Amino acid sequence: MSTSWPLWEVFVRGKRGLNHVHVGSLHAPDAEMALRNARDVYTRRNEGVSIWVVPAAAITASSPDEKDPFFSPAGDKVYRHPTFYSIPEDVPHL
Amino acid sequence: MADDLELRFERTVQADARIEPRDWMPDGYRKTLIRQIAQHAHSEIIGMQPEGNWISRAPSLRRKAILLAKVQDEAGHGLYLYSATETLGADREDLTLKLIEGRQKYSSIFNYPTLTFADVGVIGWLVDGAAICNQVPLCRTSYGPYARAMIRICKEESFHQRQGYELLMTMMRGTQQQKDMVQDAVNRWWWPALMMFGPPDSESTNTEQSMAWRIKRDTNDELRQKFVNMSVPQAEALGVTFPDPELKWNEERGQYDFGSPDWDEFWQVVKGGGVCNEQRIAHRRKAHEDGAWVREAASVHAEKQALKEGAA
Repeated sequence: MSTSWPLWEVFVRGKRGLNHVHVGSLHAPDAEMALRNARDVYTRRNEGVSIWVVPAAAITASSPDEKDPFFSPAGDKVYRHPTFYSIPEDVPHL
Repeated sequence: MADDLELRFERTVQADARIEPRDWMPDGYRKTLIRQIAQHAHSEIIGMQPEGNWISRAPSLRRKAILLAKVQDEAGHGLYLYSATETLGADREDLTLKLIEGRQKYSSIFNYPTLTFADVGVIGWLVDGAAICNQVPLCRTSYGPYARAMIRICKEESFHQRQGYELLMTMMRGTQQQKDMVQDAVNRWWWPALMMFGPPDSESTNTEQSMAWRIKRDTNDELRQKFVNMSVPQAEALGVTFPDPELKWNEERGQYDFGSPDWDEFWQVVKGGGVCNEQRIAHRRKAHEDGAWVREAASVHAEKQALKEGAA
């Protein structure tokens, strides 16, 4: 019999002040074992101060095929960027 | 629509951007990647054996701790790579079965035996050195998860190579017997290390397509030449020689000339005729089968805990 262990995605906080970043995945029977395995696989050289494990099946992702329409609302709003506004160069601290 | 997807894929690769797991990709690209990354993962896992052979007999606690850490790294490298294959839709359990049933290959270098402790040093220096030569360009390979796994691996391989070279330097400061042991190990590993880059470009069937897809970034012969150029001064500093009468500096080319490995031997080992092929697979199979009850027990424990939590 081989009911294989579920897949977990692993996120590591490199040091205080940084976000958790996705580093890879692993298989484990439960969350606690997933954390222990993640420590051994992904932080053998002090790469992290905190680990998250998330069941891979619980992640909902945007589809790359919809990339253009999905992200287009951001594309035409150039006024959201500071460079949209021209300010005379001699005005300080702006 | 399909043409459109293919065009987008081609453009991404040509622009040296990365292909990511959920992107459309040609079937051949996916298959080639799964085959290559799985073979690479299997090599890391099988590669634990030749050196693991010396953990219990390491000559000092320091060397034992280093060797343990190194073999643990190889396991980690195998896991990073299996993780990358799963982003392509491969199944880890299935890959393990393919390995122990001989349906997928691993690097032939691990089918050679480790006869003395000097072999541990030479494997670190030359075998991991050759692996680094192969792997550094793979940090820029077109498939994102593979490239990211390679970056992690390359960082750790540097420790592997340096501990090996330091081990050999220590032995070369020892007795004549120890020095002879180092030279003997170098003599045995030099040619197999050169074979790690694969067959000559003229006979390498996969190179052209893999280069076009930017999975591979340099040809086998280019990497082999680079490795020879890097290794010769290291051998001189160590005080050993390579067993190749044709090895000499070519002023005109600005590179070393060197002899051709015995490709008949290479193919023989690839096809299963190496000294340790059977032993390596049998050992991996035993570890997998002996571990079955642990995997099952952990699953049952997890189920029971989940039930308890549900009831509480």
